[in-house]
Parts: sequence; C-alpha cells; structure tokens
Amino acid sequence: MSDTHAQTVSYVRETMLAPQDPPRSQTGAVKWVHENLFSGWINTGLTLISLLVIFWLVSGISPWLLNSVWRAGSLSECRAILDGTSGACFAVIVDRWHQLLFGFYPPALYWRPVLALLLLFVALAPVLFTGLPRRMLAFSALYPFIGYHLIWGGSLWFPVTALMGFGVGALAYLLMRKLNNLAAIFAAILAPVLWWVFAAGPLDSALYSIMPLGLDFVRSDRIGGFLISMIVGVSAISLSLPLGILLALGRQSDMVFIKTVCVVFIEFIRGVPLITLLLFASLLLNFFLPPGTSFDLILRVIIMLTFFASAYMAEVIRGGLAALPKGQYEAADALGLDYWKAQRLIIMPQALKISIPGIVNTFIGMFKDTTLLVFIAILEPLALANAIRADTNWNGIYWELFIFIGALFFIFCFGMSRYSMYLERKLKTDHR
Amino acid sequence: MTEPVIELPVDRKIDTSQMKVTDEVAIQITGMNKWYGSFHVLRDVNMTVNRGERIVICGPSGSGKSTLIRCINRLEEHQAGQIIVDGTELTSDLKNIDKVRSEVGMVFQHFNLFPHLTILENCTLAPIWVRKIPKREAEATAMHFLEKVKIPEQAHKYPGQLSGGQQQRVAIARSLCMRPRIMLFDEPTSALDPEMIKEVLDTMISLAEEGMTMLCVTHEMGFAQAVANRVIFMDQGQIVEQNEPHAFFNNPQSERTKLFLSQILGH
Repeated sequence: MSDTHAQTVSYVRETMLAPQDPPRSQTGAVKWVHENLFSGWINTGLTLISLLVIFWLVSGISPWLLNSVWRAGSLSECRAILDGTSGACFAVIVDRWHQLLFGFYPPALYWRPVLALLLLFVALAPVLFTGLPRRMLAFSALYPFIGYHLIWGGSLWFPVTALMGFGVGALAYLLMRKLNNLAAIFAAILAPVLWWVFAAGPLDSALYSIMPLGLDFVRSDRIGGFLISMIVGVSAISLSLPLGILLALGRQSDMVFIKTVCVVFIEFIRGVPLITLLLFASLLLNFFLPPGTSFDLILRVIIMLTFFASAYMAEVIRGGLAALPKGQYEAADALGLDYWKAQRLIIMPQALKISIPGIVNTFIGMFKDTTLLVFIAILEPLALANAIRADTNWNGIYWELFIFIGALFFIFCFGMSRYSMYLERKLKTDHR
Repeated sequence: MTEPVIELPVDRKIDTSQMKVTDEVAIQITGMNKWYGSFHVLRDVNMTVNRGERIVICGPSGSGKSTLIRCINRLEEHQAGQIIVDGTELTSDLKNIDKVRSEVGMVFQHFNLFPHLTILENCTLAPIWVRKIPKREAEATAMHFLEKVKIPEQAHKYPGQLSGGQQQRVAIARSLCMRPRIMLFDEPTSALDPEMIKEVLDTMISLAEEGMTMLCVTHEMGFAQAVANRVIFMDQGQIVEQNEPHAFFNNPQSERTKLFLSQILGH
C-alpha cells in the first residue's frame, strides 16, 4: 500500500490500522531512567556529579547525626560522653523541648494548648476538605473563641459575651432591614462594636460573679515557643485572606475613595519593612492609644502581621483577577448577577484558584516571618534558643537547637505546600 | 444583475408557523450615541424592535454592530439618547439594569461559560441566585433546555471537555434557563469550525421557530435569508440600510451595502 503512495498522487486507504503496544524501551522504569537520568552525555555527567555530591553530604553529616547523645545534663557532659569524637548533642532538646514548644506556659496546664492544637485541626478540616459534612463549619466558626479560652483561660463568660456581639449585630440587621437596607448594614456593624466596647465587659464580670466558670488565667508574657508562632501565624493567615480579597477588590473599584484608601494602604504596608511595623506595634502604638488602655502585645502583633500579609495577598489576588478573561465578568453581568454575587460565584472561585501558589507562598512567608518577633521581646522559638544558650549548662550549643526549630517550621510549611498542590489538582477543571 | 447565491448550511425545513411579528414594542432605541473616549462609535442610532422580530445585524468589523447590541443589556454604557427595553429605560439605575439583564439573554462569540462549574451548574446558577428558584426546579428546567439544544448527556461535564459547538449550545441553554423574552447573539458562530456552525445555527433556528425575539450580529447570510424578518446593515457607527432579507440581498440600495455584499457573497 505505502509504495503506491510514493508513486502516484491519488491514494485511498483500504484498511484502518489497529493501535499497537509501544516498544518495551518506551515504558516503565527503563524509560524513566533513560529519559530523566541518562538521556545524553551532559545529563549522564550531571547525574554522576549529583550522586557524588549527595554521597559527600551524607557521608559528612551522618556520623555526626548517628553519633548523637540524647541523655546528658549539660554540654560538658555531652562532650565527656562523646570523648573527642564528632557527634550531635540532642540532649538539649530532651532537656528543654517544653520551653521551645510552650515558652514559660505553666507545665501543669500543657494539656490546654495541646487540646487547642488538636481542636484546630478539627476546625480546619472542613475548611480544607470540602468532602466533610458542612455542619462541621459551625465548629470552625466557634473555634477562635474556644482556642482563645483554652490558651489564655480566665472567665468563660469573656468569649461568650464577645460571641454574643455577633448575635447583637444579626439582631440589629434584622430589625433595621424593615426600614432600609443600607441602614441595616450600618446597624449590623455599629451594634456589635458598641456591644464589645460598652456592654461585653460589665456583662462578663456580672455573669462571672454569679457563676464563676472558667480556667486559670495565663498571662500573655508566659506564652512562648512554637505555641506563639502558631497563635500568631494561624490568626494572621486566616485573617489576611479575607482582608486581602477585600483590598484587591477595593483596588479595582470604580469608587475613587475606596480605591484610594486601598492603594495607599497596600503601597504603604508593602513599602515598609515588617520589622518596622513590629517595632511600631510594640513600642509606638501605645502612644497613640488613649492612656490607660492596655492592648495586649500579642494582639497588636497579630494585627500588624495581618496588615502586612494582607497587602501582599491583595496583590497576589489582583494578579488572579487580572488573569480572568473579561468575558467572565460580562457573562455574569448578562445573566443579571449583581456585583457581590458575581464576585462570590464566578470571579473569586476562579481568581483564587489561579492565585493558589501565590497565596500559599505568602502564607508560608508570613509563618516564617513570625520568627522576627524575637526582636520585640516575644518569646518565640529563636528567642528561647538564645535564652537556652545563655544558660551555663548549654552555653556554646547551637546546631541542635536550630535543627529542631527548623524541623518544626518545615513540617508546617511543607504541609501547607502539599495541601496547595492537592487543592490545585482538585480544582483543575479546565482540562487544558 | 444575477441573484446572489446564499446558502443556509443547515439541511432542514423551517417551520414559520410560530414566527409572528406583533405590534408590541420590545426594544425602542432613540437618538442613541456612544463614544469610546473621543471615538464616536455609535452615531444617532434609531431603532424599534417589535416582539417576535428576528433581526440580523451585519456590517464590516468596527462598524459598531456588537457595541449596539451590547448597549441593549448595558454591557456598554451609552452617553446620549434613550434605550427602552420591555418598558424599562436603561439609565445608571442599577435596579433597572438588573431587571433588563434578567429579561434579556445574551450569547457571546467566545461562549464565556464558567469553566469552574459543570454544564448543569452553569445553567442553574443564575436561576437559583437571581430568580431564587429552588435548586431542584432549576435543575429540571436546565435539563429541559439542555435536551432542547441536544446535549443532555453532557450535563455533568465541565465546559473544557466540550467542543466549541457544544459549548455555544450550552451558552444558549444557559441564557434560556432565565426564560428571557429577548435574545441577543453577538457573532455566535464566528469562533467555530464549519461543522460546528451548523449545530449552533440549527439551535438558533429552533429558537426562532418558537417565536423568540432575536437580535443577531452574524456573518451567516444564509441564516439571515432563511430566518430573519429584517436585515440591518451598519457602517461607521450608523445604520446604513435595513430591509426585509429578500430585498436586502437582491436589491441593495446604498453603494456601501452593495460593496459589502459583493465581498461576502459568492456569485
């Protein structure tokens, strides 16, 4: 058949060919190794060099790691056990792990932050995995109050009265909606604020005097270690995403006032180093607040980190918005969806999906930035590492502490990274 | 002059029994002007569309034909003149705009389906969120229209898995799910392969057969000849000529129309 084709112009196929299996060299491990490791002279060379480098690194580090000392009271004891040979002294972690994790949190109460962490996973699960029952989201919404109460303790009525503020807001909205929609929204914002400022405190003390329920109060300056990194990191991450979305939308708004406020906010925050904002939060903010108000340092830091991350988040999301074809907005408009519905149902699901790598990048960056809190006298893990090294027992040790702290951060950052990859795969519906 | 050859690529008989132009005014445009910056896109456009009319708008690119129909559901804002759709005047009042948009369906050149939603979700989204129809009922309506455009079996796929012609038919079904009284088509077949043009035109003809008021910007002159009751020719932002299709194609009056027709029609 085929030689007729070479000789004449006219050609008609009479039989269709059935598909056949590919040659053996094109499948399985053989193909993978051939394609990825030894596809040419240069790649073969690079593979061999890489193997040598890996061997060199492993052979250098492994004796130090394998020869670790896990039980000793001090660095000198460690050295005595090692007797001149090279080896790590992880005894410092065994001795001080509780400080690295919890700071100066009362040891008898360690169950509270541990329980808070476990419940955090329960609260995050329905947010991260849509397959779980939607009712679990009710627990996620309550978690900030539960988490706060477990970690700080104090009167049980404090988070309860704070939570009631939202109920007051909803009530105000329902009552005012009969009059006017705009007034209802205004009332829904104003009423909870008034509640928190004037009513929540007295009501809390009144209820506590009637029924003294609660846990032992733990002062903020006792909270430290990886616990503080988690508190600040998780709060700032979960607050910066919604704020970032609003800022990104505001920056694209046609309303000049809103647009200007958002642009100034984003550009100011992005233009200032984080450490400046943190110093501002720790030192200067009190000058601006009315005298007598004590504003918890951790709260101030969370607010500053949230602002910082949300400015970056806004720009990441703006990139996602810019990548959406104009037709999506037009189709949403043409179907009669109003601005907020179009944003919620059409624009944001797509823009956020496009922005996932950038969003997670910002999350990871921010989580690691919590180590900067060391400079404003918050006892985060690096501050405690310094404190441990100042102890005469452990003076001179540093690798082991930083490996431990690094491993803690790595677990969480790597987790976020893997989750974002899972999410990207799950949301891939465009079949490009 | 020989009669031009105008072929409808769809091989079917057209049932004209339901195609009735009534006296009721659906769209009234008077003295409408629009500028893009200092560029005068639409110049003093006057036009009345009665319920049941099937109007084809044609013209060279940049003549403002797409802009004209995009003004009718306010995807573009006009700067002077008046547009009244179903008794509602289009002003900057958002309530009026939303009202008109939910009455007027629109089909785009590039389909503009929502890629993150399934076909069924694409079709039920607006009925559920704008019309507040219960989900089950909206799904039943969506399946009804998907059957009408002949792709009910694709309901649970995503737009990216469908061919261009199928996507455009879904886009038509999506608009129909809002039960519009007027349909706008903005070059619905321009981005499609010849084989797919057929299936989309077929759907549009069925729609016309049911008496839908339609405004189509299209270069499918066969469709215009067979289905339209009026053809409008635009150039440089103004209506140059309009007539019923037979007279429009066989006896064009203006030189500009003659030139345009000679370029797009085979003899």
